[in-house]
Amino acid sequence: MGTLASVLEDAGLATVALSIIRGQVETTRPPRALHCEFPLGRPLGRPGDPALQRRVLDAAFALLDEPSGPVLVDFPEVISDEADAPLSCTIPPSDPGDVHPAEAEALGLLPAWRRSYGRFGRSTVGKVVDADGVPAVVGLFARIADGEAWKEVGLPGDPTKVAADIRNFYEEAALSLTDAAPGARQAESWYVTRTKAGDAVQRARVAMKEAGAGFYFWNYLLPMTQHRDPDAA
Amino acid sequence: MGDEQMRKDLEGLEGYTFDEVPWTTPKPLAQSRVAVVTTAGLRPAGGDGADWNPGDQAMQLLPASADGLVLAHFSPNFDRSGWIVDPNIVFPIDRLREMADEGIIGSVADVHVSFMGAQIDHTLETIRLDTGPAAARALLDDDVDLVLLTPV
Repeated sequence: MGTLASVLEDAGLATVALSIIRGQVETTRPPRALHCEFPLGRPLGRPGDPALQRRVLDAAFALLDEPSGPVLVDFPEVISDEADAPLSCTIPPSDPGDVHPAEAEALGLLPAWRRSYGRFGRSTVGKVVDADGVPAVVGLFARIADGEAWKEVGLPGDPTKVAADIRNFYEEAALSLTDAAPGARQAESWYVTRTKAGDAVQRARVAMKEAGAGFYFWNYLLPMTQHRDPDAA
Repeated sequence: MGDEQMRKDLEGLEGYTFDEVPWTTPKPLAQSRVAVVTTAGLRPAGGDGADWNPGDQAMQLLPASADGLVLAHFSPNFDRSGWIVDPNIVFPIDRLREMADEGIIGSVADVHVSFMGAQIDHTLETIRLDTGPAAARALLDDDVDLVLLTPV
């Protein structure tokens, strides 16, 4: 982003960049940057906290008073992610019938996802499948986890994008299963460590890695910091 | 603490650095027309919708509203729940409107721009030579003076 800021500044636009990884801004040296030690994905701080968002913008625009650059200033407030505290969500009961329990779990979460979509009006599901298509692809990852070859189960697209649709569906459904806006990575940790789908994708990731799938295909199935390998200490 | 590990992994990555840091003398803030340029990989719904391919250095023009925008970034390595709850966490368009209403900034641009960060090609050749200058032209055509850049 620092490089992009310099391109825009060179074209005659004054720029102020919010930084979220300090080392990258130190390397790319944008003209003016405010480093905010906030969770990745939340450069303005906290959702639903307009006062904090405004303090960030005030501090960023104050850098315009500097006579020369590059300028790099640290915002005084720090927010950490809460990956170590997964959301506590009660997963609706579901009848597995003749589908895999992980697929049944996703079917049971569809009403919660629809409620979240109705409430917030936005979704990040849809790279390959829509919400209604998620339960079926959860079933495909469960089959990979149980030993079937990943290229032969009939994934409808790039496995990393299909996995993103599953994760985003679960995280969005979770927003209707809890009262509070979650801290950063709390919904992610719930999905990965508390749900059958997260377990299936984790085990499928390991199976694909062991089967020699390309780095891209297994590495991006889950956040890197959620990878759990059987041989790890 | 996922972000602590991510920062350790990412802060040492190579980046493209200009020999000389460019500098544009800003107009007074209260007279400045402000746009957001984000590397969050935002797209209008429909079309490519929720998908932005790794390595794609394209730029996407955005309207002055978060309604109908999708966070399409390819990387799984950051939180998305904040965006769903409050898009101002990435695209602070409501905060900028409030600042314009209060006279703190001059106005909010009609045109905003998204790129996607986490680029594999650290030289960012396409962004430096093609899509970055194209974004600048689009912003200058809207009489933008000041750009706020937001990452994810």
